[in-house]
Amino acid sequence: MGAPSIPRALAIGAVAFVALVAAPLATGSTVLIDFVIRLSALAIFATSLNLLAGYGGMVSFGHGMFYGFGAYCFALMMQRTGVSIPVAFLTTVVGAALVSAIIGAICVRLKEVYFSFVTLAFQMLIHAIILAAMPLTGGDQGLRGGVPRPVFLGVDLSNQMQLCVFSAFLLVASLLVMHHVVASPFGATLRMIRDNAQRAAYLGVAVDRVRLKAFVIAAVFAAVGGVVQALFVSGAYPEFAYWTMSGEGIFVIMLGGLTTFLGPTLGSVIMLLLNDVVTRFTHYHGLVLGIVILVAALGLRKGLGDFVVERLADRRRQEAA
Amino acid sequence: MTAALDVIGLCKSFGGVRAIDNVTLSFPSGSLSAVIGPNGAGKSTFFNLISGAFTPDAGEVRVEGRNIAGLSRAEIVRRGIGRAFQVASIFPTFTVADSLYAAVQSGQGHAERLVGRFPLSGARARAHEVAEMLGLADKLHRVASTLSHGDQKLLDIAIALVREPRILLLDEPTAGMGPEERWRMIEKVRELWERQKITVVFIEHDMDIVFRIAPTIRVLCYGRVLAEGTPDEIRANPAVIEAYLGTAHEGAAA
Ligand SMILES: Nc1ncnc2c1ncn2[C@@H]1O[C@H](COP(=O)(O)OP(=O)(O)OP(=O)(O)O)[C@@H](O)[C@H]1O
Ligand SMILES: [Mg+2]
Repeated sequence: MGAPSIPRALAIGAVAFVALVAAPLATGSTVLIDFVIRLSALAIFATSLNLLAGYGGMVSFGHGMFYGFGAYCFALMMQRTGVSIPVAFLTTVVGAALVSAIIGAICVRLKEVYFSFVTLAFQMLIHAIILAAMPLTGGDQGLRGGVPRPVFLGVDLSNQMQLCVFSAFLLVASLLVMHHVVASPFGATLRMIRDNAQRAAYLGVAVDRVRLKAFVIAAVFAAVGGVVQALFVSGAYPEFAYWTMSGEGIFVIMLGGLTTFLGPTLGSVIMLLLNDVVTRFTHYHGLVLGIVILVAALGLRKGLGDFVVERLADRRRQEAA
Repeated sequence: MTAALDVIGLCKSFGGVRAIDNVTLSFPSGSLSAVIGPNGAGKSTFFNLISGAFTPDAGEVRVEGRNIAGLSRAEIVRRGIGRAFQVASIFPTFTVADSLYAAVQSGQGHAERLVGRFPLSGARARAHEVAEMLGLADKLHRVASTLSHGDQKLLDIAIALVREPRILLLDEPTAGMGPEERWRMIEKVRELWERQKITVVFIEHDMDIVFRIAPTIRVLCYGRVLAEGTPDEIRANPAVIEAYLGTAHEGAAA
């Protein structure tokens, strides 16, 4: 499986970007516009979790904390400091890197289920801090009053159409960067550690350091997803940093597939569609989602993306034979 | 001949069990030797101590005269010790080629490189050379977990060989193989030793193989060195017959 060269990846990204914004731009439909923005937030988040869990073997139950961190950090910067959007964005990214480096330094040494539990514990801590810091965060009411969006470089994010284009751009850029990470020599080392950390150590790999770097990269992109979400809802809510957010990320990955890079993006599309369609017909949308996941997990035994990719590979092999 | 590897007064206990108990052994440069001993004798522990998986309680491990006891696994690899495992230690989802490319890039210091794409072009030559050496060249695109047991053991050795070790420790390279496959494997090991001119130490349970292949044999029992010598000397050693060959024959009869 040859990874595409960088110019080719950029070309694919450009096509994807156009495809994402074409329908909303052409129709002006608010449903489509909102869909692309929500998709961007969720798919960036889920792909970042997959980088950690699927490629790195680190199944974090607390990845949502960085999504929440991104949303709050960005929204607060915009509300309280009057900086421009790019500055708030960069500050959020750097902040997420620092916070995740500290949390990761503790977590990445832990193996398997201990890693999962301790990330979950940190998430509960962050969630509790958000609830407790009432004057700053609005506590359980969430951060209200709207997120100001001063125009930058001619971009006006208070215009929903422009926000849609901006979100799609962030989605494509994030996917390109994360794909590059996964396809780089570093990405191979990360998969090596997932497969057999002891063997990797015998080859001279600094296992914990590689795991920490992956943890930080994933956290940064989770925060980017949080920024998009904060712009979409014009605020931030404690649920963004709650364990259900991490759970949703894992659901999405399971739906879409964890061995295919675009699996979590596909899973995000399915998840949002299910949400929208199912909530229109029934109040039991959690039940329906649960059944869908069970069918995917027990029936296909993999995510939809994995299933499709494997089928295609089988076909190609048969044609070659 | 100078010694490639000198082990002096090595000790390691697990709880109350003295897995390695004051072991002193010397492995001459370019030698091929076997380590034998009954189950639980401490053979794997001996390799684990040399290769840095465990820190010795006491004693020294000298590579070309310099003590490496207590260094990290990575540092010990850098000092020229490579090892393969009793249970093949591979990267199950990697193809044979990718396993070797990844091993090469780690050795070249590119493990954490974010620039460029895997595999780096500089990794190919060495990886293919090693695959050739072990007869894996026609299986480069097979996923490791789908390889036969024997090929997985070969891949394990290949991953170690990538780093061009001067001392190669093979923990039961023939474990779990049928009689014919065992011989093929051990011939590969001997060929490797002859061609690469490195020091090879292997653990082996099959006495036919050991006596036929290894010029020198070390016998471990309850963590101690019971005997060392040529196949003829070992065969004639009463302590060995009692402690090891006796039980091995009982084992074979059972
Ligand atoms: N990590 C460990 N923790 C505790 N005890 C251990 C550990 N590794 C080995 N031992 C103990 O040390 C002793 C020697 O074990 P070792 O695996 O070195 O034997 P061996 O000679 O390789 O046996 P085999 O032929 O079965 O592979 C055994 O009693 C074993 O239970
Ligand atoms: Mg053993």
